[in-house]
Formats: sequence, structure tokens, C-alpha cells
Amino acid sequence: MLVHFVAGIGRAVIAFVVTTGRLARFAGNGLYHCAAPPIYPLLIGRQMLSIGYFSLPVVGLTAVFTGMVLALQVYVGSSRFNAESAVATIVVIGITRELGPVLAGLMVAGRVGAAMAAEIGTMRVTEQIDALVTLSTNPFKYLVAPRLIAGTLMLPALVFVADIIGVLGGFLIGTGRLDFNGGTYLKNTFDFLETIDVVSGLVKAAVFGFIVSLMGCYNGFHSAGGAAGVGRATTNSVVSASVLILAADYIITELFFAK
Amino acid sequence: MNAPAPSPKISLRDVHRAFGAKVVLAGVDLDLAAGESLVIIGGSGTGKSVLLKCILGLLRPECGSIKIDGAEMVGIRAAERERVVRKIGMLFQGAALFDSLTVWENVAFGLVQAHGMSRRAARAVAATTLAKVGLGADVMELRPAALSGGMKKRVALARAIATRPEIIFFDEPTTGLDPIMGDVINDLVVSCVRDLGAAALSITHDMASARKIADRVAMLHGGKIIWSGPVAAIDHSDNPYVDQFIHGYAQGPIQMEVLAP
Repeated sequence: MLVHFVAGIGRAVIAFVVTTGRLARFAGNGLYHCAAPPIYPLLIGRQMLSIGYFSLPVVGLTAVFTGMVLALQVYVGSSRFNAESAVATIVVIGITRELGPVLAGLMVAGRVGAAMAAEIGTMRVTEQIDALVTLSTNPFKYLVAPRLIAGTLMLPALVFVADIIGVLGGFLIGTGRLDFNGGTYLKNTFDFLETIDVVSGLVKAAVFGFIVSLMGCYNGFHSAGGAAGVGRATTNSVVSASVLILAADYIITELFFAK
Repeated sequence: MNAPAPSPKISLRDVHRAFGAKVVLAGVDLDLAAGESLVIIGGSGTGKSVLLKCILGLLRPECGSIKIDGAEMVGIRAAERERVVRKIGMLFQGAALFDSLTVWENVAFGLVQAHGMSRRAARAVAATTLAKVGLGADVMELRPAALSGGMKKRVALARAIATRPEIIFFDEPTTGLDPIMGDVINDLVVSCVRDLGAAALSITHDMASARKIADRVAMLHGGKIIWSGPVAAIDHSDNPYVDQFIHGYAQGPIQMEVLAP
């Protein structure tokens, strides 16, 4: 009984180490092909459109509601010690540093990462990836590199827009529901906002974009077992990207703000 | 003095491949001469597709040697493999057309990506190649999802021959097609291979297809080539495995794994 238990733990540890090694190798291979020619600008552009432009509605809606909720909650908390004037500052810092990049990353993981895993997974199980190889085309260059480049470049752009929309959401609640003066709210927003608040959020977004694309490509690339395998790959890509985004968020926050 | 025999287009020596404890290839030796059409027959699960994938570099054999035009493919660098693979065309069992591309983009893919041809010129070649397999200009802008199974196979055949390869692989070219469409594909395979003067390596368990497209037949069983000879000799092979397979008898030395009576 005990032997089976220990053996089970051993198997899980070995599987974890093997998967981590395989993922690291996949990421290294992907990064190499991002830099080595030939580069496919058309495919990168198509992926940028898919990740950036077509994700705008979902990320924008998430940002505006998050800004609105944040303003309300901060108002409730800050009014307990007569610090209502801090609402605008806390909203903008909360959105730019943390909620903008994390929520955009999670939403894009659900929308784009899942689609990548499903598309590449279907290509894998229908031998389309093998067909690429027989047509002298490296699948890493053709499928993985454009998605990694587009994800890394487009998520910061999305987050920048989400920051503005999130602050706008806070502004709408602040002026329409909490009776703040519009000019004062905006002054408080920008007076205490520092460049590092925005830059750190954009750096996080670039890392999250890379993670989303990497996990979508990795899980799709290694899917097997027909439709069920593609389904598993899609689920795994969203779950693993979400967990890695939250872990990376902590690490980057430590790097930027540790004294 | 006799002239030296021309080196084979493909040469396999002692190729082994296993998946876990299951040994699929257990020392395959095989040669494919220039201009020859070789068909490998064998039951489902005997490793025909694995053998093809090993030659293409999609799977790595555990040991053995695979040479294409004299170049060793086992352990070759990726860039060098890409260069060698340019000589090869491949028709996949399920067609494996790219869903996101139109029919003409599928056919022109190798010309644009591997041979650096402009899209305009590649489109013209795609139209000519599609005409060779009996498809008109009306299908050029369609997506693969809009095609029937037979049309997909024709488009896949057009894609395989568009780059005028020196070697063509056919993986179960007639599987899943009705007998008439299967015969149409067989005729196309024969005419395309003859036009190109290419060497062809096909795998199938459809004996009608094998008899039509093969110059030579080899049978894969138990991970090894157990018989090889001209297609005309297959009915007189004196090999009980070959006899059972070509006649499709349930009784014989080949035992299917049937768990329930």
C-alpha cells in the first residue's frame, strides 16, 4: 500500500520534470525560430490581428467593469478613514500595475490561447503538421514563431488600451455615482501616477502574452488521440497559462517593487 | 567490364523502431530504385505508416540506416533534412490539406515556401497541376472543408506533385474512397509518377490498388520485409503470409488479435 503511494508520487514528480524539460526545450526552440530567418510577416500580422484587434471587445468590457467595481470598493474602504480622495489614485494604480495586465492576460488565455491549442492540435491529429514538414517548412517557424511574436507584442498594446478604459470606468462611477468633480478626479488620477506603474504593467503584459502563446502552441503541438486529445489540449492550455500568468505576476512584481 | 549499378533513391538497412514495449519495426531492409514504383503491403498496425514516417524524418528510428540519394537521414541536421525533403512529395492518407488555405494555396504551398516562387507564378502552376488531376478552376478558391473525399485526395495528389519531386510517397491512396473513385486515383497515381519519372513508394492494404500502381511489391509483417518481388509474381510467391494476405483469408499464419469469439 505504502509502496504504491510512494510510487505514485515518484511517477508524478518524474512526469512533472519531464514536462517542464520538454516545455523549456519547446520555448527555446520557439525563441530561436523567432529570430532566425525566414520570418513570415504575413502570418505575424494575421496573428496580431487575431490576438490584438479581435480581443479588444472582451478585454475592453473586462477593463471597464473592473474599473467601475474597483472605484466602488475603494470608496467603501477609504471612506472608513475619510480618505475618499484616494479613490482615483488607487483605481489608476490598481488598474495599470495589476488588474489591467492580469485580467487581460487571463481573458486572452481563454479566448486566444484556447483557439491556438485547438487549431494547432487539430493540425497535429489530422497530419497537417507532418504535411508541413514534407513540404520543407519548419512547423516552429510557420506555426509557433508568428504566434509567440504576435502574443508578446500585442498584449502590451491591449493592456495599454485596457488601462485607459479601466480608468474611464472608474471615472464614470466616480463622477456619476460617487459625486466626485470630474476635473479633480482626473487631477488625482494623473498627479500620483508614475511611469513605472504603467511600464511595469506593460512588461507584465508582454510576458503574459508570451506565456499565453507558448502554452497554446505547446499543448496543441503535443496533442494526441483525436478530438478528445484536442479538447484536453485546449483545456490544458487555458489552465496552465492562467496558473503561469499568476505565478509570473508575483515574480515580476517582486522584481519591480522589491526594495 | 560491367557498369556499376545505379545507387538506389532510398535505401534502408536494419531499421528498428519501437513504441514502449511494442516493437513495430524489427530490422527493415529495403531499396527503392530510380523510376521504380514499390508498394509495401501489410495488415493494419504492422508498421507501414511508421516506416514511411521514419523515412520522412517524422519519426526517428532507434537504430539502422536510412539513405535518400546516398545521404544518411538518421541524425541529419534539420536544415539539411529540409533540403533533402525538397525532392519528396507526399500524399497523406487523410489528405492533410491545410484548412486555413484555399485549394490553390494548398497546391502552391511547397512552391512558395520551399522553392521561393512568387504567389502569382505558383498560382498558375497550381491551376495546371489541378487540371492534371481532373479539377477545374472553379475549385481554386474553395476551402478544403467544401470538398468531397475524392476531391480532397485529388488536391492532395496535386500538392504532392506540384513541385515535380524525384520521389513520391503515397500513404493508403485509395482508403475511404468508393471503388470507382479509388480506381480514378490509382490511374492518376500511375500517370503522375510516369509523367514525372519519379520513384514512388506506396503503402496500402488495398490489393486492387497495389496491383495497379506497383512495379514491385514488398510485404511487411512482424516488423520485417518478409517477401519482395515483381507485382506479376505476387500470385506465385510461395509465401503463406503473402497468399493469406492477398486473398484475404481469415485462416492462415497471420493471426488477428480477436479477443471475443
